Amino acid sequence: MTQANVQPDRGYVTINAEECKGCGLCVEACVPRVLALAAHLNHQGYHPAEYAGSGCNGCGLCFHCCPEPGAITVYKLARVAAA
Amino acid sequence: MAEVPTGYTVLHERPKAFYDTFERKGDLQGQTHYCPGCGHGLAHKMIARAIDELGIQDRVVAVSPVGCAVFTYYYFDTGNVQAAHGRAPAVATAVKRSRPEAIVFSYQGDGDLAAIGTAEILHAANRGENITVFFVNNAVYGMTGGQMAPTTMLGQKTTTSPLGRDAFNEGYPLHVCELLAALEAPVYLERVALGNAKQVMAASRAIKKALTNQVKGLGFSLVEILSPCPTIWKMNPAKAQERVREEMVKVFPPGVYRDRTAEAQTRPAPPPPPRLEELPRLLDLEAHDFTPAADFQPGALDLRIKVAGFGGQGVLMLGEVLAEAGLLLNLDVSWLPSYGPEMRSGTSNCHVRISNRTIASPLVARPTMLLAMNEPSLRKFVADVDKGGWVLYNARSLPADVKAPEGVHVMCVPFTELADTLGEPRAGNIVMLGALLEASGILSREAIDRALEIHVRSARWLELDRRALELGRDAARKELAYACV
Repeated sequence: MTQANVQPDRGYVTINAEECKGCGLCVEACVPRVLALAAHLNHQGYHPAEYAGSGCNGCGLCFHCCPEPGAITVYKLARVAAA
Repeated sequence: MAEVPTGYTVLHERPKAFYDTFERKGDLQGQTHYCPGCGHGLAHKMIARAIDELGIQDRVVAVSPVGCAVFTYYYFDTGNVQAAHGRAPAVATAVKRSRPEAIVFSYQGDGDLAAIGTAEILHAANRGENITVFFVNNAVYGMTGGQMAPTTMLGQKTTTSPLGRDAFNEGYPLHVCELLAALEAPVYLERVALGNAKQVMAASRAIKKALTNQVKGLGFSLVEILSPCPTIWKMNPAKAQERVREEMVKVFPPGVYRDRTAEAQTRPAPPPPPRLEELPRLLDLEAHDFTPAADFQPGALDLRIKVAGFGGQGVLMLGEVLAEAGLLLNLDVSWLPSYGPEMRSGTSNCHVRISNRTIASPLVARPTMLLAMNEPSLRKFVADVDKGGWVLYNARSLPADVKAPEGVHVMCVPFTELADTLGEPRAGNIVMLGALLEASGILSREAIDRALEIHVRSARWLELDRRALELGRDAARKELAYACV
């Protein structure tokens, strides 16, 4: 694999699209700019935020700036012993 | 939801201090009811996180306001009390004082805290209550549809300031932190904003600190949170956030307005409230050791007494002694004073009812006894006296032009002059009381003596009043004997 030497992202984000109201504050807060509002609508009629799938640095600002209790969950890469 | 790749662990997730599901809505039980981009959701989340981090969830009692945040109790899995508009600091005070181990915070908007609740917040802060207040300031009434708030900025258009707030017409925006910083007691006052991620993180720290202060028992903490209201401001959430960081912070500068947490001492726990059974003693309401004589048979008793004079003549006191004696005899009594604002020399009268039946109204419109300490009182009430009733007047005779109604007994005795012979004109009321008792034969002598002891604390006055009572009885006996001739 060509990506074998690429460092994995330090963080990861999941978004519960049905709890998201599409306010976009996480998009504003995202430093690496890997969040965006989706083109599709959720069942409430909002464009939910979406993670690009890579590039998250695990800063957590999207979580802190999200007004919903559980719409965003941020993960960090667990420290693994150097292989 | 996307699968989380292996090797990642949760860093930030839904705080535990929230309920798992919000029961308010049929579906969407993970969402708040707030509009997209609303600052309330952020503030709630920061508070919930702080509660998690401090490990105090089972001790927290949230006091929610009136306004958009009224449903706070649907979200925080803590104790919850919903207060009347603006009264949250008073309710929080009560909760904290009665449950000192609880961590109590009030959560209020600007309409709630800075308008109708201005008095409550000022006094709770001034008392230095060991509570935490989160004050969400979005410069407008949100829930009710965008009216001007005390914190509306100059020039800001609202439905009730359609031309923009004008200082000369609507006054200036109220600066709550600055106002409270003028008080001695608050320990911690900080204003934060929710205008961008950096400000949000600072707000989060302030919120945690304000709760920590209470955990340490340091005293009153308030965090003012400048918060976006995209819906009422008619802006998208990002624009509303921009307004917070560009406009609001200029009017309401963020910063620490008071921080005495380093030097503050832990406030002593409030003294425990007295036990219920101690209250009669503390309030001096203990049952008096008195048993009516076995032969006391009041029969169908309905005394309606009006005592009238000027302030300082002991009018109210005379009435109290009568009512107390009635109480001692296990009768129903009422005592209703009526007087002007003057402590001395204004008109003063009281209505006393003593009955062996339930008293429906303490008013005495048709007295069976009028005790008139002076001429104006006599003139005012003499025509009201019921047939068969008594008029006692503080002079040798009625004025020439005053006649008592048909069938009403009249006794004219210069009670104050008699009291003069005791060297104390102020005992005139008791002289009159003695005459009343003698003339009417109501209430037992023992009950009156005991009532006098209860109401007269000074030994000198008690002795004087006993002599005054006898003087009145003697005078009445002479009058009655004369009348019989």
